[in-house]
Amino acid sequence: MKPAPFRYVAAQTLEQALKLKAEYSDEAHFLAGGQSLVPTMNFRLTQPSVLIDINPLTKLAGMRTSAPDSVRVGALTRYGKLERDPATARDLPLIHEALPHIAHPQIRNRGTIGGNLAHADPASEMPAIVLALAGKLRAQSVRGERWIAAADFFVGALTTALEPDEMLMEVELPVAKPRSGACFLEVSRRRGDFAIIGVACAVGLDEDERCNIARIGLCNAGETPIFAAAASESLVGRQIGKLEIDEAADLVQRAVDPGGSIHASKEFQRHIAGVLTARALNAANERARRGH
Amino acid sequence: MATDTHDISVTVNGTPYRRSVEARLLLSDFLRHDLLLAGTHVGCEHGVCGACTVIFDGVAVRSCLMFAAQADGHAIETVEGLAPDREHLHPLQESMRDCHGLQCGYCTPGILMTMKAFLAETPAPDDAQIREALSGNLCRCTGYQHIVEAMKLAAERLRR
Repeated sequence: MKPAPFRYVAAQTLEQALKLKAEYSDEAHFLAGGQSLVPTMNFRLTQPSVLIDINPLTKLAGMRTSAPDSVRVGALTRYGKLERDPATARDLPLIHEALPHIAHPQIRNRGTIGGNLAHADPASEMPAIVLALAGKLRAQSVRGERWIAAADFFVGALTTALEPDEMLMEVELPVAKPRSGACFLEVSRRRGDFAIIGVACAVGLDEDERCNIARIGLCNAGETPIFAAAASESLVGRQIGKLEIDEAADLVQRAVDPGGSIHASKEFQRHIAGVLTARALNAANERARRGH
Repeated sequence: MATDTHDISVTVNGTPYRRSVEARLLLSDFLRHDLLLAGTHVGCEHGVCGACTVIFDGVAVRSCLMFAAQADGHAIETVEGLAPDREHLHPLQESMRDCHGLQCGYCTPGILMTMKAFLAETPAPDDAQIREALSGNLCRCTGYQHIVEAMKLAAERLRR
Protein backbone atom coordinates (compact mmCIF):
# COMPACT_ATOMS: atom_id res chain seq x y z
CA MET A 1 0.00 0.00 0.00
CA LYS A 2 1.99 2.94 -1.27
CA PRO A 3 0.71 6.10 -2.91
CA ALA A 4 1.06 6.48 -6.67
CA PRO A 5 3.75 8.98 -7.71
CA PHE A 6 2.93 12.66 -7.51
CA ARG A 7 4.65 16.02 -7.45
CA TYR A 8 4.91 17.50 -3.95
CA VAL A 9 4.98 21.23 -3.37
CA ALA A 10 5.32 22.68 0.12
CA ALA A 11 3.48 25.97 -0.36
CA GLN A 12 5.48 28.98 0.78
CA THR A 13 2.68 31.50 0.26
CA LEU A 14 -1.09 31.37 -0.07
CA GLU A 15 -0.79 32.96 -3.51
CA GLN A 16 1.52 30.16 -4.65
CA ALA A 17 -0.87 27.50 -3.34
CA LEU A 18 -3.91 29.07 -5.05
CA LYS A 19 -2.03 29.61 -8.31
CA LEU A 20 -0.99 25.95 -8.40
CA LYS A 21 -4.54 24.81 -7.65
CA ALA A 22 -5.89 27.04 -10.43
CA GLU A 23 -3.29 25.62 -12.80
CA TYR A 24 -3.82 21.93 -12.01
CA SER A 25 -7.49 22.09 -10.97
CA ASP A 26 -8.85 18.64 -10.02
CA GLU A 27 -5.45 17.06 -10.70
CA ALA A 28 -4.10 18.82 -7.60
CA HIS A 29 -5.11 18.27 -3.99
CA PHE A 30 -4.40 20.41 -0.98
CA LEU A 31 -2.68 18.52 1.82
CA ALA A 32 -3.72 19.77 5.27
CA GLY A 33 -3.70 17.20 8.09
CA GLY A 34 -3.85 14.40 5.57
CA GLN A 35 -5.74 12.12 7.94
CA SER A 36 -8.45 11.37 5.36
CA LEU A 37 -6.54 12.12 2.17
CA VAL A 38 -3.40 10.06 2.81
CA PRO A 39 -5.26 6.80 3.60
CA THR A 40 -7.12 7.14 0.28
CA MET A 41 -3.78 7.81 -1.43
CA ASN A 42 -2.24 4.76 0.24
CA PHE A 43 -5.12 2.70 -1.14
CA ARG A 44 -4.65 4.51 -4.48
CA LEU A 45 -8.29 5.52 -4.44
CA THR A 46 -6.96 9.07 -4.84
CA GLN A 47 -4.07 9.69 -7.20
CA PRO A 48 -3.40 13.41 -7.44
CA SER A 49 -0.75 14.58 -9.91
CA VAL A 50 0.22 17.40 -7.60
CA LEU A 51 0.00 17.60 -3.83
CA ILE A 52 0.04 21.15 -2.48
CA ASP A 53 1.10 20.99 1.15
CA ILE A 54 -0.46 23.95 2.97
CA ASN A 55 1.00 23.04 6.38
CA PRO A 56 3.72 25.71 6.06
CA LEU A 57 0.93 28.35 5.82
CA THR A 58 0.60 28.62 9.58
CA LYS A 59 -1.53 31.79 9.34
CA LEU A 60 -4.38 29.51 8.26
CA ALA A 61 -4.45 28.02 11.76
CA GLY A 62 -6.10 29.40 14.87
CA MET A 63 -9.36 30.64 16.28
CA ARG A 64 -10.22 34.33 16.42
CA THR A 65 -13.20 36.45 17.37
CA SER A 66 -14.73 37.96 14.25
CA ALA A 67 -17.75 39.70 15.80
CA PRO A 68 -19.19 39.87 19.33
CA ASP A 69 -21.22 36.76 18.64
CA SER A 70 -19.06 34.72 16.27
CA VAL A 71 -15.63 33.17 15.92
CA ARG A 72 -13.66 32.15 12.88
CA VAL A 73 -11.68 28.94 12.94
CA GLY A 74 -8.87 28.77 10.37
CA ALA A 75 -8.87 25.80 8.02
CA LEU A 76 -5.49 24.56 9.23
CA THR A 77 -6.54 24.53 12.90
CA ARG A 78 -5.75 21.07 14.22
CA TYR A 79 -8.28 19.26 16.36
CA GLY A 80 -5.61 18.62 18.98
CA LYS A 81 -5.21 22.39 19.36
CA LEU A 82 -8.97 22.95 19.63
CA GLU A 83 -9.15 20.21 22.27
CA ARG A 84 -6.47 21.88 24.38
CA ASP A 85 -7.83 25.43 23.92
CA PRO A 86 -10.13 26.54 26.79
CA ALA A 87 -11.90 28.91 24.36
CA THR A 88 -13.41 25.89 22.59
CA ALA A 89 -15.39 24.77 25.63
CA ARG A 90 -16.51 28.35 26.31
CA ASP A 91 -17.42 29.49 22.79
CA LEU A 92 -18.04 26.27 20.89
CA PRO A 93 -19.37 23.77 23.45
CA LEU A 94 -20.90 21.58 20.75
CA ILE A 95 -17.50 21.12 19.11
CA HIS A 96 -15.84 20.68 22.49
CA GLU A 97 -18.17 17.80 23.28
CA ALA A 98 -17.78 16.20 19.86
CA LEU A 99 -13.98 16.34 19.61
CA PRO A 100 -13.25 13.19 21.66
CA HIS A 101 -15.49 11.25 19.24
CA ILE A 102 -13.45 12.31 16.21
CA ALA A 103 -11.04 9.43 15.56
CA HIS A 104 -8.15 9.06 18.02
CA PRO A 105 -5.71 11.41 19.77
CA GLN A 106 -2.95 10.83 17.19
CA ILE A 107 -5.35 11.60 14.34
CA ARG A 108 -6.65 14.72 16.09
CA ASN A 109 -3.08 15.93 16.66
CA ARG A 110 -2.70 16.15 12.91
CA GLY A 111 -6.21 16.44 11.48
CA THR A 112 -7.58 19.90 10.69
CA ILE A 113 -11.07 21.34 10.71
CA GLY A 114 -10.69 22.61 7.14
CA GLY A 115 -9.54 19.27 5.80
CA ASN A 116 -12.35 17.49 7.62
CA LEU A 117 -14.98 19.86 6.20
CA ALA A 118 -13.57 19.90 2.66
CA HIS A 119 -13.44 16.09 2.68
CA ALA A 120 -17.21 16.22 3.38
CA ASP A 121 -17.65 12.68 4.60
CA PRO A 122 -21.33 12.45 5.61
CA ALA A 123 -20.34 10.05 8.41
CA SER A 124 -17.95 12.59 9.89
CA GLU A 125 -18.92 14.66 12.92
CA MET A 126 -17.77 18.16 12.00
CA PRO A 127 -19.83 18.65 8.83
CA ALA A 128 -23.00 17.84 10.81
CA ILE A 129 -21.96 20.24 13.58
CA VAL A 130 -21.17 23.11 11.23
CA LEU A 131 -24.51 22.50 9.54
CA ALA A 132 -26.31 22.41 12.89
CA LEU A 133 -24.66 25.69 13.89
CA ALA A 134 -25.49 27.27 10.50
CA GLY A 135 -21.81 28.04 9.99
CA LYS A 136 -20.41 29.92 7.03
CA LEU A 137 -17.35 28.85 5.08
CA ARG A 138 -14.94 31.15 3.27
CA ALA A 139 -13.49 29.92 0.02
CA GLN A 140 -10.66 31.64 -1.79
CA SER A 141 -9.13 31.28 -5.23
CA VAL A 142 -7.03 33.37 -7.59
CA ARG A 143 -10.38 34.80 -8.77
CA GLY A 144 -11.34 36.13 -5.36
CA GLU A 145 -13.19 34.97 -2.27
CA ARG A 146 -16.75 34.09 -1.33
CA TRP A 147 -18.73 32.92 1.68
CA ILE A 148 -20.77 29.74 1.42
CA ALA A 149 -23.51 28.82 3.90
CA ALA A 150 -23.04 25.36 5.40
CA ALA A 151 -26.46 24.41 3.99
CA ASP A 152 -25.08 25.03 0.49
CA PHE A 153 -21.58 23.66 1.10
CA PHE A 154 -22.22 19.93 1.49
CA VAL A 155 -23.73 18.85 -1.82
CA GLY A 156 -23.10 15.09 -1.75
CA ALA A 157 -21.01 12.31 -0.28
CA LEU A 158 -17.41 13.59 -0.31
CA THR A 159 -18.59 16.48 -2.49
CA THR A 160 -18.69 20.18 -1.63
CA ALA A 161 -19.62 23.39 -3.39
CA LEU A 162 -15.93 24.30 -3.65
CA GLU A 163 -14.81 24.95 -7.23
CA PRO A 164 -11.70 23.08 -8.42
CA ASP A 165 -9.54 26.19 -7.96
CA GLU A 166 -10.85 27.13 -4.50
CA MET A 167 -9.36 26.57 -1.07
CA LEU A 168 -11.44 26.45 2.10
CA MET A 169 -9.90 29.19 4.26
CA GLU A 170 -11.94 29.28 7.46
CA VAL A 171 -15.30 28.59 8.99
CA GLU A 172 -17.34 31.14 10.91
CA LEU A 173 -19.46 29.83 13.76
CA PRO A 174 -21.77 31.49 16.29
CA VAL A 175 -20.47 31.52 19.87
CA ALA A 176 -22.64 30.00 22.57
CA LYS A 177 -24.94 32.63 24.09
CA PRO A 178 -26.25 32.80 27.65
CA ARG A 179 -29.35 30.63 28.07
CA SER A 180 -28.23 28.32 25.30
CA GLY A 181 -27.28 24.67 25.52
CA ALA A 182 -25.65 22.21 23.19
CA CYS A 183 -25.16 18.47 23.17
CA PHE A 184 -23.37 16.04 20.92
CA LEU A 185 -24.00 12.31 21.15
CA GLU A 186 -23.05 9.42 18.96
CA VAL A 187 -23.14 5.65 18.89
CA SER A 188 -20.23 3.79 17.34
CA ARG A 189 -18.98 0.23 17.49
CA ARG A 190 -15.69 1.23 19.07
CA ARG A 191 -14.32 4.47 20.48
CA GLY A 192 -13.03 6.57 17.61
CA ASP A 193 -14.84 4.68 14.86
CA PHE A 194 -17.15 6.50 12.53
CA ALA A 195 -20.56 6.92 14.12
CA ILE A 196 -23.44 4.59 13.37
CA ILE A 197 -25.39 7.78 13.96
CA GLY A 198 -24.32 11.06 15.57
CA VAL A 199 -26.58 13.92 16.68
CA ALA A 200 -25.60 17.54 17.27
CA CYS A 201 -28.18 19.75 19.02
CA ALA A 202 -28.13 23.41 19.95
CA VAL A 203 -31.00 25.03 21.85
CA GLY A 204 -31.62 28.61 22.94
CA LEU A 205 -34.26 29.72 25.46
CA ASP A 206 -35.96 33.05 26.12
CA GLU A 207 -36.80 34.58 29.53
CA ASP A 208 -39.84 32.30 29.87
CA GLU A 209 -37.77 29.24 29.05
CA ARG A 210 -39.42 28.99 25.67
CA CYS A 211 -37.25 27.74 22.87
CA ASN A 212 -36.27 30.59 20.55
CA ILE A 213 -33.77 28.63 18.51
CA ALA A 214 -33.22 24.94 17.92
CA ARG A 215 -30.83 23.31 15.47
CA ILE A 216 -30.45 19.57 15.03
CA GLY A 217 -27.78 18.06 12.77
CA LEU A 218 -26.95 14.42 12.16
CA CYS A 219 -23.98 12.51 10.79
CA ASN A 220 -23.99 9.20 8.93
CA ALA A 221 -27.71 9.74 8.35
CA GLY A 222 -27.70 10.21 4.57
CA GLU A 223 -25.67 11.16 1.50
CA THR A 224 -24.73 14.45 3.14
CA PRO A 225 -24.71 15.64 6.74
CA ILE A 226 -28.36 16.20 7.61
CA PHE A 227 -30.03 19.29 9.06
CA ALA A 228 -33.35 18.20 10.54
CA ALA A 229 -35.30 21.34 9.63
CA ALA A 230 -38.83 20.24 10.52
CA ALA A 231 -37.74 18.80 13.87
CA SER A 232 -35.75 21.95 14.68
CA GLU A 233 -38.62 24.27 13.77
CA SER A 234 -41.14 22.19 15.72
CA LEU A 235 -39.46 23.24 18.97
CA VAL A 236 -39.37 27.00 18.42
CA GLY A 237 -41.83 28.98 20.55
CA ARG A 238 -42.47 26.10 22.94
CA GLN A 239 -41.21 25.07 26.34
CA ILE A 240 -39.31 21.89 25.67
CA GLY A 241 -40.78 18.97 27.58
CA LYS A 242 -41.18 15.27 26.97
CA LEU A 243 -43.97 15.75 24.42
CA GLU A 244 -41.96 18.24 22.35
CA ILE A 245 -38.85 16.08 22.51
CA ASP A 246 -40.69 12.95 21.40
CA GLU A 247 -42.29 14.87 18.55
CA ALA A 248 -38.93 16.24 17.41
CA ALA A 249 -37.32 12.79 17.64
CA ASP A 250 -40.12 11.41 15.49
CA LEU A 251 -39.57 14.16 12.90
CA VAL A 252 -35.83 13.42 12.91
CA GLN A 253 -36.51 9.77 12.18
CA ARG A 254 -38.52 10.85 9.15
CA ALA A 255 -35.82 13.28 8.00
CA VAL A 256 -32.90 10.84 7.95
CA ASP A 257 -32.06 8.48 5.14
CA PRO A 258 -29.22 6.33 6.44
CA GLY A 259 -27.43 3.96 4.13
CA GLY A 260 -27.20 0.91 6.37
CA SER A 261 -24.05 -1.22 6.64
CA ILE A 262 -22.82 -4.50 8.11
CA HIS A 263 -22.62 -2.69 11.47
CA ALA A 264 -26.18 -1.38 11.51
CA SER A 265 -29.24 -1.75 9.33
CA LYS A 266 -31.06 1.33 8.05
CA GLU A 267 -33.87 0.60 10.48
CA PHE A 268 -31.50 0.42 13.42
CA GLN A 269 -29.78 3.64 12.35
CA ARG A 270 -33.14 5.37 12.12
CA HIS A 271 -34.06 4.07 15.57
CA ILE A 272 -30.77 5.31 17.01
CA ALA A 273 -31.30 8.70 15.37
CA GLY A 274 -34.56 9.09 17.30
CA VAL A 275 -33.14 7.87 20.60
CA LEU A 276 -30.04 10.07 20.41
CA THR A 277 -32.08 13.10 19.32
CA ALA A 278 -34.32 12.74 22.37
CA ARG A 279 -31.34 12.37 24.72
CA ALA A 280 -29.37 15.21 23.12
CA LEU A 281 -32.34 17.59 23.10
CA ASN A 282 -33.06 16.82 26.72
CA ALA A 283 -29.45 17.49 27.70
CA ALA A 284 -29.17 20.65 25.57
CA ASN A 285 -32.44 21.99 27.04
CA GLU A 286 -31.32 21.28 30.61
CA ARG A 287 -27.99 22.97 29.95
CA ALA A 288 -29.76 26.00 28.49
CA ARG A 289 -32.05 26.19 31.54
CA ARG A 290 -29.03 26.17 33.79
CA GLY A 291 -27.78 29.07 31.68
CA HIS A 292 -24.59 27.36 30.63
CA MET B 1 5.94 10.71 -14.58
CA ALA B 2 9.47 11.69 -13.61
CA THR B 3 10.34 10.89 -10.01
CA ASP B 4 9.87 13.91 -7.78
CA THR B 5 12.59 13.97 -5.13
CA HIS B 6 13.21 16.37 -2.27
CA ASP B 7 16.24 17.03 -0.10
CA ILE B 8 15.23 17.03 3.53
CA SER B 9 16.87 17.63 6.90
CA VAL B 10 15.25 15.99 9.87
CA THR B 11 16.22 15.41 13.47
CA VAL B 12 15.37 11.95 14.77
CA ASN B 13 16.00 11.20 18.44
CA GLY B 14 18.33 14.19 18.55
CA THR B 15 20.43 13.08 15.57
CA PRO B 16 20.30 15.26 12.45
CA TYR B 17 19.90 13.47 9.11
CA ARG B 18 19.96 14.74 5.53
CA ARG B 19 18.44 12.58 2.84
CA SER B 20 16.97 12.82 -0.61
CA VAL B 21 13.47 11.32 -0.66
CA GLU B 22 10.83 10.57 -3.24
CA ALA B 23 7.70 12.73 -2.75
CA ARG B 24 5.46 9.73 -2.20
CA LEU B 25 7.68 8.12 0.47
CA LEU B 26 5.71 7.75 3.68
CA LEU B 27 7.36 8.95 6.88
CA SER B 28 7.01 5.43 8.32
CA ASP B 29 8.92 3.91 5.40
CA PHE B 30 11.50 6.68 5.53
CA LEU B 31 12.27 5.91 9.17
CA ARG B 32 12.47 2.17 8.54
CA HIS B 33 14.12 1.94 5.14
CA ASP B 34 16.17 5.10 4.78
CA LEU B 35 17.26 5.63 8.38
CA LEU B 36 17.15 1.91 9.28
CA LEU B 37 15.16 2.73 12.41
CA ALA B 38 12.92 -0.32 12.10
CA GLY B 39 11.55 -0.01 15.63
CA THR B 40 8.65 1.99 14.20
CA HIS B 41 6.27 -0.72 13.03
CA VAL B 42 3.91 -0.61 10.09
CA GLY B 43 0.59 -2.36 10.58
CA CYS B 44 -2.34 -1.13 8.52
CA GLU B 45 -0.85 1.76 6.53
CA HIS B 46 -4.09 3.70 6.65
CA GLY B 47 -4.14 5.23 10.10
CA VAL B 48 -6.21 2.67 11.98
CA CYS B 49 -3.82 0.51 14.00
CA GLY B 50 -1.42 3.00 15.59
CA ALA B 51 1.67 0.75 15.32
CA CYS B 52 3.57 3.46 13.42
CA THR B 53 2.94 6.22 16.00
CA VAL B 54 5.91 8.55 16.45
CA ILE B 55 6.28 11.88 18.21
CA PHE B 56 6.42 14.72 15.68
CA ASP B 57 7.31 18.15 17.09
CA GLY B 58 6.19 16.97 20.51
CA VAL B 59 2.86 15.36 19.62
CA ALA B 60 1.98 11.75 18.81
CA VAL B 61 1.08 11.21 15.15
CA ARG B 62 0.64 8.37 12.65
CA SER B 63 3.83 8.19 10.58
CA CYS B 64 1.98 6.26 7.84
CA LEU B 65 -0.24 9.29 7.23
CA MET B 66 2.58 11.73 6.58
CA PHE B 67 5.13 12.00 3.84
CA ALA B 68 8.83 12.09 4.59
CA ALA B 69 9.05 15.34 2.63
CA GLN B 70 6.75 16.94 5.22
CA ALA B 71 9.28 16.20 7.96
CA ASP B 72 11.83 18.62 6.48
CA GLY B 73 12.99 20.88 9.30
CA HIS B 74 11.07 18.99 11.98
CA ALA B 75 12.02 16.86 15.00
CA ILE B 76 10.87 13.29 15.43
CA GLU B 77 11.13 10.87 18.33
CA THR B 78 10.89 7.13 17.75
CA VAL B 79 11.03 4.12 20.04
CA GLU B 80 14.80 3.91 19.49
CA GLY B 81 15.14 7.17 21.41
CA LEU B 82 13.45 5.97 24.59
CA ALA B 83 16.13 3.96 26.41
CA PRO B 84 18.94 6.12 27.80
CA ASP B 85 21.61 3.51 26.99
CA ARG B 86 22.05 -0.17 26.17
CA GLU B 87 21.89 -1.20 29.84
CA HIS B 88 18.76 0.65 30.90
CA LEU B 89 15.17 0.86 29.76
CA HIS B 90 12.92 3.92 29.80
CA PRO B 91 10.37 3.78 32.69
CA LEU B 92 7.63 3.17 30.10
CA GLN B 93 9.49 0.14 28.74
CA GLU B 94 10.34 -1.12 32.23
CA SER B 95 6.70 -0.88 33.25
CA MET B 96 5.53 -2.74 30.15
CA ARG B 97 7.99 -5.52 31.00
CA ASP B 98 7.03 -5.62 34.68
CA CYS B 99 3.28 -5.70 33.97
CA HIS B 100 3.43 -8.07 30.97
CA GLY B 101 2.07 -5.30 28.77
CA LEU B 102 3.13 -7.07 25.59
CA GLN B 103 3.14 -10.47 24.01
CA CYS B 104 4.12 -10.37 20.33
CA GLY B 105 5.28 -6.77 20.69
CA TYR B 106 4.17 -5.59 17.27
CA CYS B 107 1.99 -2.77 18.61
CA THR B 108 4.39 -1.90 21.45
CA PRO B 109 6.52 0.84 19.80
CA GLY B 110 3.38 2.73 18.80
CA ILE B 111 1.93 2.37 22.28
CA LEU B 112 5.15 3.54 23.92
CA MET B 113 5.34 6.67 21.78
CA THR B 114 1.63 7.42 22.23
CA MET B 115 1.96 7.10 25.98
CA LYS B 116 5.21 9.05 26.20
CA ALA B 117 3.47 12.07 24.69
CA PHE B 118 0.34 11.46 26.75
CA LEU B 119 2.11 11.15 30.12
CA ALA B 120 4.19 14.25 29.42
CA GLU B 121 0.91 16.15 29.12
CA THR B 122 -1.07 14.19 31.72
CA PRO B 123 1.36 13.05 34.43
CA ALA B 124 -1.31 11.71 36.81
CA PRO B 125 -3.98 10.14 34.61
CA ASP B 126 -6.95 8.10 35.81
CA ASP B 127 -7.93 4.79 34.20
CA ALA B 128 -10.45 6.40 31.87
CA GLN B 129 -7.88 8.87 30.57
CA ILE B 130 -5.37 6.08 29.97
CA ARG B 131 -7.94 4.05 28.06
CA GLU B 132 -8.93 7.08 25.99
CA ALA B 133 -5.26 7.77 25.21
CA LEU B 134 -4.77 4.13 24.17
CA SER B 135 -7.90 4.06 22.00
CA GLY B 136 -5.94 4.69 18.83
CA ASN B 137 -3.58 1.74 19.27
CA LEU B 138 -4.73 -1.77 18.43
CA CYS B 139 -3.28 -4.72 20.34
CA ARG B 140 -4.46 -8.20 19.39
CA CYS B 141 -2.60 -10.08 22.16
CA THR B 142 -2.95 -8.57 25.58
CA GLY B 143 -6.57 -7.53 25.93
CA TYR B 144 -5.19 -4.15 27.04
CA GLN B 145 -5.58 -4.79 30.79
CA HIS B 146 -1.86 -5.24 31.33
CA ILE B 147 -1.05 -2.24 29.17
CA VAL B 148 -3.32 -0.07 31.31
CA GLU B 149 -1.61 -1.45 34.43
CA ALA B 150 1.79 -0.74 32.86
CA MET B 151 0.83 2.83 32.09
CA LYS B 152 -0.35 3.45 35.65
CA LEU B 153 2.97 2.13 36.92
CA ALA B 154 4.91 4.14 34.35
CA ALA B 155 3.07 7.32 35.29
CA GLU B 156 3.97 6.73 38.93
CA ARG B 157 7.62 6.03 38.10
CA LEU B 158 7.86 9.08 35.84
CA ARG B 159 6.44 11.32 38.59
CA ARG B 160 9.16 10.28 41.07
